[in-house]
Amino acid sequence: MRTVIFYLLLILAALTFLFPFIWMVLATFKPEVEINYLNPLPSEWTWYSYSVIFTKIPIVRSFFNSVIVSGTMTLSALIFSSMAGYALSRLHFRGRDLIFYVALFTMMVPFQLTLIPLYVLIVKLGWTDSYIGLIAPGFVSTFGILVFRQFFRDIPQDMIDAARVDGCHDFRIWWQIVLPLSKPALVTVGILTFMGSWNELLWPLIVVREQSLMTMPQLVTLFAIGGQAESQVGPQLAASTLLMIPVVVVYMIFQRHFIRSMATSGLKG
Amino acid sequence: MRSQKVGYAFVAPYLLYFAMFMAYPLIFSFILIFHKWNIILPMQFVGLSNFHKMMQDSLYWKSLWNTVRFLIIHIPLQIAVALVLAEVLNQKIRMVGFFRGAFFLPVVISGVVVTILWKQLFSTDTGLLNLLLGELGLNRVPWLTHPDWAMPSIALMATWKNVGFYVILFLAGLQSIPAQLYEAATLDGATKVQQFFHVTIPAINSTMLLVVILSTMNGFALFVEPYVLTGGGPLNSTLSVVLYMYKQAFSFGKMGYAATLGFSLALIIFIVVIIQKKFVEREV
Repeated sequence: MRTVIFYLLLILAALTFLFPFIWMVLATFKPEVEINYLNPLPSEWTWYSYSVIFTKIPIVRSFFNSVIVSGTMTLSALIFSSMAGYALSRLHFRGRDLIFYVALFTMMVPFQLTLIPLYVLIVKLGWTDSYIGLIAPGFVSTFGILVFRQFFRDIPQDMIDAARVDGCHDFRIWWQIVLPLSKPALVTVGILTFMGSWNELLWPLIVVREQSLMTMPQLVTLFAIGGQAESQVGPQLAASTLLMIPVVVVYMIFQRHFIRSMATSGLKG
Repeated sequence: MRSQKVGYAFVAPYLLYFAMFMAYPLIFSFILIFHKWNIILPMQFVGLSNFHKMMQDSLYWKSLWNTVRFLIIHIPLQIAVALVLAEVLNQKIRMVGFFRGAFFLPVVISGVVVTILWKQLFSTDTGLLNLLLGELGLNRVPWLTHPDWAMPSIALMATWKNVGFYVILFLAGLQSIPAQLYEAATLDGATKVQQFFHVTIPAINSTMLLVVILSTMNGFALFVEPYVLTGGGPLNSTLSVVLYMYKQAFSFGKMGYAATLGFSLALIIFIVVIIQKKFVEREV
């Protein structure tokens, strides 16, 4: 009996987190008047909310903008952070430790301090309203460098020495030996960079004003709080649902990796 | 000599990134805070007047107080809920993966989605929360429409969104406690509740510190929720410091003043974190 009550409470707790999303997805198929009925099921299913979205805002374009921005940033952060991580863990050169401490220190700088000057820089470079303005400030991940450095330290020196005897230079060692051994680190940094970039709102709001270049969260936000939604709830929820789907799909496939990666990210504090 | 060059080649992209997007903005922020600038006209040196203005800016103090109100509700609520859920997941239960996955789902979903969704749940006249309260025979709550309620509502929503992350952190902490500690406590006749307060809580001290610091930094970064949900209203009761900074910079074009706000906020975060470290951290 106690077990039954325990599981009932646990299911209730899980529903607290799941039900609002289920409610939202179902609401996007309801006629507008039914959205705030307690019954989560539509009396008749309609695509109306979605047709509003697709005709009023360039949602498909914004989806591809987000894919380009987040994809490029993730790839670039993986390559350049792992390069730096390799140098900081496996190569010897003057200033190495200084660079490591600098990286550690910059992890602690709050973004509030650099936000405005960073925007000024982007304006000076003429990078407002461009992909590069969205991507550049994240093209290396300092957190990623620290993760890779830590991971690469545990790779046996023998493997690297053996490769060096075979005449491999460092670039090949990094690319063909170290990286293939480092899938957990790549997955962690990849997931965190992608998620952070996909969900980012403040930076796109600042850098991009032109609708055709907006990322998906930005377009959805401006649609919801600007006049375009004409206070119709259905289309706002439909836009949110579309924004949510890619992350949820990836999350369902890689759930355990997501959770493990996020647990690592706690260590950055 | 060769290996020196190789090392520099490998860190070169990072050094470029550091110079452009860390060092330059840091240095430039120290210049900006002494200037008045709308980004179009030339910069005008104004000495410390940005700071004088800030000290007398009642809206700035209000935004700071709002952020503190958010933290006061958010941090304890988050720790309590996260600890309970983590403790539950740490028992031998079935389908632990499903429950963990459910608690964690809002963490990965964009704050924009969560906020647009909760805007409907919070709606005073037609929102689901008030409908449920009505069914239970309770009064409606003016979640977002009353200045006293709006910030607590946002804190509640933020807790719902983030708590899964802290569940994972606490769970990792709980799993690292050696079972002997509990066995010894049981032999000494400690009850479950006593064990929780005298064994569990001290043993996860480092996780606790981490959770307090991370949620403090999150709280000081509060932007998306008030921006989407309330725009800072009603009566500026949900205006956060970052939202105010955003408005000063991008609605009014006051770059120097906005940079000053960011500078002072960074300083405040730094001090708060040091104080928290001092008070939460214990020798184990």
